[in-house]
Amino acid sequence: MPEKIIADKAAKDSFSSSSAKQKILAFSSLIILLIVFSFASPNFFQSNNLIAIMLATAVNGVLAIGVTFIIITGGIDLSVGTMMTFTAVMAAQFVANWHMPVMVGVLVAIMTGMVCGFLSGVMVAKLKIPPFIATLGMMMLTKGLSLIIAQSKPIYFTESPTFALIAMGSIFSFIESFKIPNAVLIFFALAIVASIILNKTVFGRYTFAIGSNEEAVRLSGVNTDRWKIGVYAFSGAICGIAGIIIASRLNSAQPALGPGYELDAIAAVVIGGTSLSGGEGTILGTVIGAFIMSVLTNGLRILSVPQEWQIVVTGVIIIFAVYVDMLRRKRSK
Amino acid sequence: MTVLIVAMMLVAVTTVAVAQTVYIPLISKGFQHQFWQAVKEGAMQAAKDYKVTITFEGPESEAMVDKQIDMLSAALAKKPAALGFAALDSKAAIPYLKQAQAAKIPVIAFDSGVDSDIPLTTCATDNIAAAALAADMMAKLIGGEGEVAVIVHDQTSRTGIDRRDGFVNRIKEKYPKIKIVSVQYGGGDHLKSTDLAKAIIQANPNLKGFFGANEGSAIGVLNAVKEMGKIGKITVIGYDSGAQQIAAIRSGEMAGAITQNPVGIGYKTVESAVKALKGEKLPKFTDTGFYFYDKSNIDDPKIKAVLYQ
Repeated sequence: MPEKIIADKAAKDSFSSSSAKQKILAFSSLIILLIVFSFASPNFFQSNNLIAIMLATAVNGVLAIGVTFIIITGGIDLSVGTMMTFTAVMAAQFVANWHMPVMVGVLVAIMTGMVCGFLSGVMVAKLKIPPFIATLGMMMLTKGLSLIIAQSKPIYFTESPTFALIAMGSIFSFIESFKIPNAVLIFFALAIVASIILNKTVFGRYTFAIGSNEEAVRLSGVNTDRWKIGVYAFSGAICGIAGIIIASRLNSAQPALGPGYELDAIAAVVIGGTSLSGGEGTILGTVIGAFIMSVLTNGLRILSVPQEWQIVVTGVIIIFAVYVDMLRRKRSK
Repeated sequence: MTVLIVAMMLVAVTTVAVAQTVYIPLISKGFQHQFWQAVKEGAMQAAKDYKVTITFEGPESEAMVDKQIDMLSAALAKKPAALGFAALDSKAAIPYLKQAQAAKIPVIAFDSGVDSDIPLTTCATDNIAAAALAADMMAKLIGGEGEVAVIVHDQTSRTGIDRRDGFVNRIKEKYPKIKIVSVQYGGGDHLKSTDLAKAIIQANPNLKGFFGANEGSAIGVLNAVKEMGKIGKITVIGYDSGAQQIAAIRSGEMAGAITQNPVGIGYKTVESAVKALKGEKLPKFTDTGFYFYDKSNIDDPKIKAVLYQ
């Protein structure tokens, strides 16, 4: 019984008004960005460009959803980018090199991600290796394995044309003006499912509870290690979905891709108001965070802002987002 | 709020900057390496000469194929007059290039080019001709006869194949008294190339010349010659630049090297785009030039501008 109370309380905390405020803040920032860029360039608010933005958000958004769960437990995952690549390479190995059906490739990618995540989870929960180090190791491990399996060359899906349709086709293709690629639809669908899991299931409640006060949860008789490993494995499976999307989009598995993507994902999570100290966060916030990053990048490109300055501006936005979040936290106390 | 302020500032800055001129975005394979900065410099020079506006963008690493595609897609959204593109992965970019073709935007490929017939021309180093020049210089330096060896970075990439064939074929055609005793592949890795070169020197005690076909291979050859105490006995010719190679050429340990002309790559790309917009017919391949540099001309401003540390 007490464990239930703690978990419930932790979950309730995360829905306090301050969290809602942050969400509104992030959302209005996104709207403001959209409006400003639309006025600044007639080429911005075009259906082609908006679809391009959504497509550019999909991979980072999916990764960020997985990372949100881990960050809510108070952990961090530096391996999501290369893990994503590893799952893509594994899928390519089965589909392109061994000529298995596309569906097998999808399952292989998700399973691979889950196994890698599970291993990270065991390192963190059982071996007590700090998440930063454990996932740093996993990052290098998956990076190396990707290069080994792919022999440091891209693997192309030229013989299975259906694979490209997973991300780049559209189930709405019958409506001429509504050709949103499947990659985007997968991203949105995953966001809804992840949100339900986080807010309405025991799994989600323990995710929050572990992040709020792991010791208290453990002392009330919950096997926190097992739930933690579960969170890492779940996040790994989501990396597998991202791996499928990126491989399908590029019609190939690019084994050297991945480093840098984990930081984009963490940035999206943080901009979306999830606290790096754990116990707090929302999927909607993360989705908005991922969109803020891609709208910003795309908009600055459309405005022909020099690339060096694009990076500076993105950095400034991230710092401000976290600072505002901290102010809010202080005030709510 | 802060987002708003930053965004407003940027709008203010850029609306001033973007005047109504012909706009040509260049999407490259990178941007922060000195090589790409030199390409950018050349492109900006051409933009000034031909009075067009350019932007130059590339992903942070050559593995980020999807980021490059996003850049390409944003560039096309701006409805450019023409487009310069150096593909990281040609296959992934094809749908967007088709989109450009459909919108009648001329595409100019640069550096390694694009594996497609959509680009009107490819502005790049003629590696075959450049390696042939290395062969001519080698023949001159060793007196037209003797044994030479070659270390190439790989046998699969376009540059590897072209540089190997350019060198080997020129020797075979023009210098019958020179014998190529060995051609080996070191992956461009300093250490591996060193070991390979040492084995070759060991096996061929009369070796008079050694050609390293990229920076890593050249350094490997140089290390081997040093370690085997053959400085002065074996003539080393390298490729590209980099601090180590430049130092070796200054000290005379290396006879000289071929350098590509990244400034020329950028310049010719923009120039070709302008020509395409005027309706001029372009050749399938535009050579962007290369130089042989040694101790005597390393400080020549023209050479200095294209060398990187």
